[in-house]
Amino acid sequence: MTGWDGFTFSFLNARVAAQYWPKIVEGLGVTVALAALIIVAGLAIGLALAVVRTLGVRPLNWLIVFAVDLFRALPPLVLIVLIYFGLPAAGIGFSGFWATWLALTCVLAAFAEEIFFGSIRAVPRGQWEAGRALGLRFHAVLTRIVLPQAIRIAVPPLTNRTIAITKGTALGSVVAVAEILGAAQSAMAFSGNPTPLMLGAVAYLVLFLPVVVAGRWVETRFAWRR
Amino acid sequence: MSEFLDTFLNAEVALAATPILWLGLLQTVKLALLTVPLGLAAGLAFALLSTRREPWLRWPLMAAIDTFRAIPPLVLLILLYAGLPFAGIDLGPWGAVALTFTLNTGAYYAEILRAGIESVPVGQAEAARALGLRRRYVWSFVILPQAVRNVLPDLVGNTLEVVKLTSIASVVALPELLFQARQAQSVTFNATPIVVAAAAYFVTLWPFVRLLSHLENRRLAARA
Repeated sequence: MTGWDGFTFSFLNARVAAQYWPKIVEGLGVTVALAALIIVAGLAIGLALAVVRTLGVRPLNWLIVFAVDLFRALPPLVLIVLIYFGLPAAGIGFSGFWATWLALTCVLAAFAEEIFFGSIRAVPRGQWEAGRALGLRFHAVLTRIVLPQAIRIAVPPLTNRTIAITKGTALGSVVAVAEILGAAQSAMAFSGNPTPLMLGAVAYLVLFLPVVVAGRWVETRFAWRR
Repeated sequence: MSEFLDTFLNAEVALAATPILWLGLLQTVKLALLTVPLGLAAGLAFALLSTRREPWLRWPLMAAIDTFRAIPPLVLLILLYAGLPFAGIDLGPWGAVALTFTLNTGAYYAEILRAGIESVPVGQAEAARALGLRRRYVWSFVILPQAVRNVLPDLVGNTLEVVKLTSIASVVALPELLFQARQAQSVTFNATPIVVAAAAYFVTLWPFVRLLSHLENRRLAARA
């Protein structure tokens, strides 16, 4: 076999591709589901923690800051492994899917909290003062005046961070989640051919290239104009 | 409670596992010292290239950068480590890891540095040229220092991400910290090594997280 033929037989094998692409598409479904769950939970928890932090209860703030620092410093894979392999010994068994979800949700929540809190603090003090002067109570000032502005400031760093963390769903393959990479690796083992891995890479590109491009658009669109 | 301590904070297992965990930590540091400069160099090269106007250069370059930002690093690593041998190229774990990080983190650094370069007013370069500075000095003395200062939080943040990313090297059996922790865990049937490894990661990286937080807040405050 010539070099090119050898290459196409290994990496662009039509027969293997036809046989295994349904599995890759299934994996794509799992990846999308996992990513969606992570984004919803992570952003909600992050925003909630940031709002709690603005209340200014000292011991609570220390707890939040400690947890946030913890989840920002730990590699996501270490968290996934800890939850999946470690917790069962304490009686709590998480499946690969939910272990990955929990780990990545905690990580996204930590980063989101930092970003949201920073954005809330970046809203000029005058906005708070004006709200109070108009007779609005704390929660009203927060939800009607400050948060809408804060969220707009938060959007660019948040989109970047969210994309980075949802790519972490690939780490689920290490704990046997049947997402794209996991499905591709199984197919590769069964067929003895790396074409499924190429299919998997294409699936990731199909999934994330639009997201990355959209993220870039969102950043320019929501640029905080002074 | 004592069962919890036994499972996660077992002193005996921790003591026994410490030697190989320490070796793993050294490997992680070695990996970080390898991948961060590689990523920065690749990123700088890509960023400088992306300032050129030629369309035949820009479009393939932007496509490449977006591709390497869109592919999860683990996928790229597996592709290079397990896939390339089928094409006759065997990089081995270190080669695969080095190439993966160069491409992936290089793409991220390239975007950050490009944003930094674009944030420096054009007038700076014009003034420098008007003063007679050669092109290479315009870049190294005028533009790049300001560019880096503008995006310092993002650079620090990305570097932190790269160091955390070294943990994926455990998947290709590189004996870094997470790999050693999992080995110790499977041998002792006890989760303590992983907890100790997590603590080691935390202790090592926490100062940088604080630094990053400080830089980010400074930047957000300056904007407001």
